[in-house]
Amino acid sequence: MRHTIAVLVKDHPGVLARVAGLFTRRGFNIESLAVGHTEENNISRMTIVVEGDERALEQITKQLNKLIDVIRVRDIFPSNSVERELALIKVNTNSLANRSEIIQMVDIFRAKIIDVNSQMMTIETTGTEDKVNALIELLKPFGLKEVVRTGKIALFRGSKSASLSNKKQEE
Amino acid sequence: MSYMKLTGAQIVVECLKKEGVKIIFGYPGGAIMPVYDVFYQEPSIKHILTRHEQGAAHAADGYARATGNVGVCIATSGPGATNLVTGLANAYLDSIPLVAFTGQVPTNLIGTDAFQEVDINGITLPITKNNYVVREVRDLASIIQEAFYIARTGRPGPVLIDLPKDIQLAQTEFKYPEKVSLNGYKPTFSGHIQQIKAAAQEISKAKRPVIYTGGGVISSNASSELRDLAFKANIPVTTTLMGLGTFPETHPLSLGMLGMHGTTYANYAISAADLIIALGVRFDDRVTGKLSEFGSQAKIIHIDIDPAEIGKNVLVDIPIVGDLKKVLKKINEIIDKKENTEWLETIKDWKRKYPLKYENNQELKPQYIIEEVYKISEGKAVIVTDVGQHQMWAAQYYQYTMPRTFISSGGLGTMGYGLPAAIGAKIGCPDKTVICISGDGSFQMNLQELATAINNHLTIMIIIMNNNYLGMVRQWQELFYNKRYSSTALTGNPDFVKVVEAYGGTGIRVNKKQELYPALEKALSLNKFVLIDCIIPGEENVFPMVSPGSPIDQMIGVD
Repeated sequence: MRHTIAVLVKDHPGVLARVAGLFTRRGFNIESLAVGHTEENNISRMTIVVEGDERALEQITKQLNKLIDVIRVRDIFPSNSVERELALIKVNTNSLANRSEIIQMVDIFRAKIIDVNSQMMTIETTGTEDKVNALIELLKPFGLKEVVRTGKIALFRGSKSASLSNKKQEE
Repeated sequence: MSYMKLTGAQIVVECLKKEGVKIIFGYPGGAIMPVYDVFYQEPSIKHILTRHEQGAAHAADGYARATGNVGVCIATSGPGATNLVTGLANAYLDSIPLVAFTGQVPTNLIGTDAFQEVDINGITLPITKNNYVVREVRDLASIIQEAFYIARTGRPGPVLIDLPKDIQLAQTEFKYPEKVSLNGYKPTFSGHIQQIKAAAQEISKAKRPVIYTGGGVISSNASSELRDLAFKANIPVTTTLMGLGTFPETHPLSLGMLGMHGTTYANYAISAADLIIALGVRFDDRVTGKLSEFGSQAKIIHIDIDPAEIGKNVLVDIPIVGDLKKVLKKINEIIDKKENTEWLETIKDWKRKYPLKYENNQELKPQYIIEEVYKISEGKAVIVTDVGQHQMWAAQYYQYTMPRTFISSGGLGTMGYGLPAAIGAKIGCPDKTVICISGDGSFQMNLQELATAINNHLTIMIIIMNNNYLGMVRQWQELFYNKRYSSTALTGNPDFVKVVEAYGGTGIRVNKKQELYPALEKALSLNKFVLIDCIIPGEENVFPMVSPGSPIDQMIGVD
């Protein structure tokens, strides 16, 4: 089963290597990883998607918690969260017919065309992983030149939160 | 309030003094010279110059195990730092509190492959509890304080601090923080009370309980609480290699060591148990044998300070995260006295039928040597071992009664650990008899430390069980590789007596059984560093033995 884990870390050099290294060392495969600053100073948040059963997840969580730079680890259940991924897709548009078909799809998916020339278009899309996958699949027949994805980020729905301020309240 | 301005190097030394460090093991070099220059002018910290950085790390480790204090070692950048690696890994796997300092090239050269530059932080990521590169001199004092705090609290472990040379020279106001505050590190000390009650209930219900203890009992200084539990509820106790000394092996409730080279009765008892009380252990493969059959009839109570150990290898019925000393105290308060008469009878019977045994003939047997060492030291010595057959014999045939009297590389199995660790132990416990049991293979991995021991006038006895083989590997080749002794014969060993004499120590060779006791007596009476080279039979094996991957109640060498 796939899990999405939110990891709050101290924002200093080496912390990414420490977290990523732990996954490799303990034999867990990272499917995606997104990192960025949070609402708190000097705290970054990693959103890590990892494959494994409940026991593996428990072990990953415990091992992550042992790292001194890791402040909080939360498993974000899909049923109780909103998640998004952003992708940029560069696709061939060498015939006029292709071009209008692609524009139609972009509309249906509420994606955006952010760059274009006579040979190609670059499309920006945001959504769940499934939605991004679906658009990429549909664009495949036209010839994908390049695809880049951010990896998933996620937040709990409602007032539930993985943030540090929330942790302090819970304590 | 204004503070004095100090250099980074001076701050290192001031912090060491604040942490109560009196002894530091190390080896100088270019990138750490500013710190060494401060050592030169600082009488309150004694620096022990080893002859190899690995020796420094092991000595600091031996010191930490013997005393319970944080061990400190120091080396230069590059090769100095990489030479510490084995020692750090050794301390990491056995959860020993260590702080290691390494020199580093100046910050403006980091990343340029400068002379003696190596990314020691990256290298030691997986073998330290935490590590630091100091990038600003103003952070130095708080980093050192954090490092000591992290090393000794929770599940202890090694911490490394990399000190770029310009940071050692830069000046700042020195201020030692009042306390450490780390929001990502808060060990749980007192166990969950409901879980403790549940554990007490299982203990009172159990018909065939066994306590299985490890190094965690020593780290937590919980031996007396362990004894209280065992005596009050009459529960037999088996220990891992790391747990030797947590419970007196001279007591009828002791089962000795369990696992691959454990006693038959310990392995039978844990296999037949209906309750396993696991204290500060990690269900290592050398202990459990085939995991799916380990304690398969038993409920398991697992108490450990590291939550990640609980449920890692086996499913646990009652997990308790906390400091053993505190948790056991609470359990002892609520449990009732209990006899377990029938179960203890069964165990007594196993002990009678399957004692530890070897063929004690006219030859100089290694097991006999350990028995004689036990006798002459009256069981009161600190025994330090290397790794291999001699280590297992030392574990089996010496009866340990006090914690911190058996010092051995458990998790990593580091050959070459013994002599430097004995140096650390002797410096930490100058009033105790320190005896290092080694083999001809292990001894040669760090024999340069003879210089350290002898120049510091350390009264250590080292016994080499010399069989001209890498004995444990040879034993496996005999049993599992049809006696194809590939590269295990140590032909061309030097004359160890002459070697130690060359360093200024005393050497005694023992060829025959009857020469042993007089040699031991002489060694103890000399009050100096003595090496005893014991020529033992080449193909003696360690038994009982559980083949790797077999259930632990199936042992070779038991009839």
